[in-house]
Amino acid sequence: MENENRQFTVSIYTENNIGLLNRISAIFQRRHMNIESLNTSPSEIEGVSRFTIVVNITEAQMKKIQGQIEKQVEVIKAYYHTEDEIIYQESCLFKIKSELLFDERQIQNIIRESNARIVTVNKEFFVLEKSGRKEEIDLLYRELNVFGIMQFTRSGRVAVTKDKMKISTLLEAFQD
Amino acid sequence: MEVKTEQNNPKKTSTTERISGSEAIIKCLLAEGVDILYGYPGGAIMPVYDELYKYQDKIHHVLTRHEQGATHSAQGYARISGKVGVCIATSGPGATNLVTGIADAQIDSTPMVCITGQVGSHLLGSDAFQETDIVGISTPVTKWNCQITKASQIPEMLAKAFYIAKSGRPGPVLVDITKDAQFEEFDFEYKKCKGVRSYKPVPDTDENSLKAAAELINNAKQPLIVWGQGVILGKAEEEFKAVIEKAGIPSAWTILGASAIPTSHPLNVGMVGMHGNYAPNVLTNQCDVLIAIGMRFDDRVTGNLASYAKQAKVIHFDIDPAEIDKNVKTDVAVLGDSKASLKNLLPLLNPNSHKEWHQKFKDLYKIEYEKVIKNDLHPTKEGITMAEVLKEINIQTKGDAAIVSDVGQHQMIACRYAEFNKSKSNITSGGLGTMGFALPAAIGAKMAAPNREVVMIAGDGGYQMTIQELGTIFQQKVPVKIVVLNNEFLGMVRQWQQLFFDKRYASTEMTNPDFVAIAKGYHIEAQKVTERKDLKAAVKEMIDCEGPYFLEVRVEKEGNVFPMIPTGASVSDIRLE
Repeated sequence: MENENRQFTVSIYTENNIGLLNRISAIFQRRHMNIESLNTSPSEIEGVSRFTIVVNITEAQMKKIQGQIEKQVEVIKAYYHTEDEIIYQESCLFKIKSELLFDERQIQNIIRESNARIVTVNKEFFVLEKSGRKEEIDLLYRELNVFGIMQFTRSGRVAVTKDKMKISTLLEAFQD
Repeated sequence: MEVKTEQNNPKKTSTTERISGSEAIIKCLLAEGVDILYGYPGGAIMPVYDELYKYQDKIHHVLTRHEQGATHSAQGYARISGKVGVCIATSGPGATNLVTGIADAQIDSTPMVCITGQVGSHLLGSDAFQETDIVGISTPVTKWNCQITKASQIPEMLAKAFYIAKSGRPGPVLVDITKDAQFEEFDFEYKKCKGVRSYKPVPDTDENSLKAAAELINNAKQPLIVWGQGVILGKAEEEFKAVIEKAGIPSAWTILGASAIPTSHPLNVGMVGMHGNYAPNVLTNQCDVLIAIGMRFDDRVTGNLASYAKQAKVIHFDIDPAEIDKNVKTDVAVLGDSKASLKNLLPLLNPNSHKEWHQKFKDLYKIEYEKVIKNDLHPTKEGITMAEVLKEINIQTKGDAAIVSDVGQHQMIACRYAEFNKSKSNITSGGLGTMGFALPAAIGAKMAAPNREVVMIAGDGGYQMTIQELGTIFQQKVPVKIVVLNNEFLGMVRQWQQLFFDKRYASTEMTNPDFVAIAKGYHIEAQKVTERKDLKAAVKEMIDCEGPYFLEVRVEKEGNVFPMIPTGASVSDIRLE
């Protein structure tokens, strides 16, 4: 099990500093590991950033990577989780010709059934937004692609864990 | 918060003074106890040099002949003194020339602060003259780095830089400062850094892990210690000695661990690794408990991991949690500072002597002596061996010298045969294997420890990579002793070509200049020895010389370093010939 590739979602709490993204991505790059997706954002703690990184590697590799990430001076803590330990979402946008919305009745059904949301419509195009798990977005892409997609983009994964993260306690310990 | 109080309270005497960013840099260095720094001026760092000129009675700037020389000098300074080495360079090529030394310091855990000038902040990203993204370039090889664009950031960032460089597992830090920040005036106040929120330099030691380690050690029949630089960096030499003496454990060292205890110590069984000693390598695969202390199981130490100490329970003492299970799976990991961990381990250990086990080391040493050491030290053939030169240096310095070696065959010979009485005496580029390290590192070492004899040993290849630092030696009058073991080959590569590439000596033969003339060109006393009978007198003349001295010894052209663990082989398959 330790030596099979699995998908891990890595959550990293860091100081909000220029250059840290470079430092963290270099840890993967140096070991020839491809990052599937990467997202950085503020976290629940003011001034603390949170990276969410998805990778397909072995657990043995994952543990070493966790050590290397935590070794970085401005990293507060790094965790890794498997899919069953997290709640996650990805988000995507489709830009599609407006005429299709009226000519192809099926499209309206697809939008309704997929719980996608129309963000904007004008004469030329409309923009569809969908948040969900990877498979749901993949499915919607396949369905819409039949009719033609002008533009498509998809965000990195964002995830929260089912278990507690003890970041605040860690930061408080430093204050003492 | 504090600033606010001061503003609201104008009568309160302020501890700040209004100075330029560049003067602040000097004041920060002085506050950190820096007395020497190594560097090279240039456009983007000129305001700092202007201040260095004003402060030259308080802080000694050493002009090296190349920025790489400045980094290695700072490293040599740090390695012999345990203090932070400091170097300074301009932007662009000045900064990129630091990279090799920074990478070397990173992999060998050497505390170093590098300050680079940068183009003005309004020019950042415009491909300005001598602009380079040194923060981006140095990120993978620094423990921490940052860019300063405002003078007011200087005190806090430099304080942080020194704290990070020297705390926990030490390493190099780079601070890039734009030229406008150097000129800008601000209210200066310096506070030493006492901690960084996201950074825990020394992990907590779990008492249970210490107990578990002690239990394994106490029950071991054939324990073996392999120690590394962690013992030296943790200033744990005495604690380490007490532990091995009480438990009677044979102890071997990695290249950077050398000299933590004297070479002559009865429990010191020599070097592990590719060109290490026969007994500790072979017996790594026979010990029942392997105790690693402040070392990182480098591939040059372990050989093939699939057959490395598989029979043994492994205990790993380290300050860096990322080292645990990185290369070798451990049974007991003791995190923490080596000094504290070893001190706390001592009372938990039972006294022991392991006499039969020690005999195995002695028996294997005899084999190594007959097959390798005897021929190295007392050759019967005509050509001078590298080991003979080391033997002569040992005799004439009585083992008190610090040996600064470069990279290659002579380095392995120096580490194998140099005799050390004092800690911090083996200064060499271990992890990165940087040819050209020795000459500038020896300058830094000698300046940090002027009362110690510092003998640099290099091959003819590596010596020529930083030979220009002879100029620094001459200008600064640094009395280092420079020994070049000249075989007119890049010897280590040639040895591999001989053994693994059917003697196809691709680009390893060197046509060398008149080294003595070059040294004399820099007004350094110099001589060349080509015959064994002249060696003793030449080494004596070198050691007796009060100033710097250059000694070239023509050694046998195609000598090989043995024992040797071929790449991919197991430590116990070490070859004696």
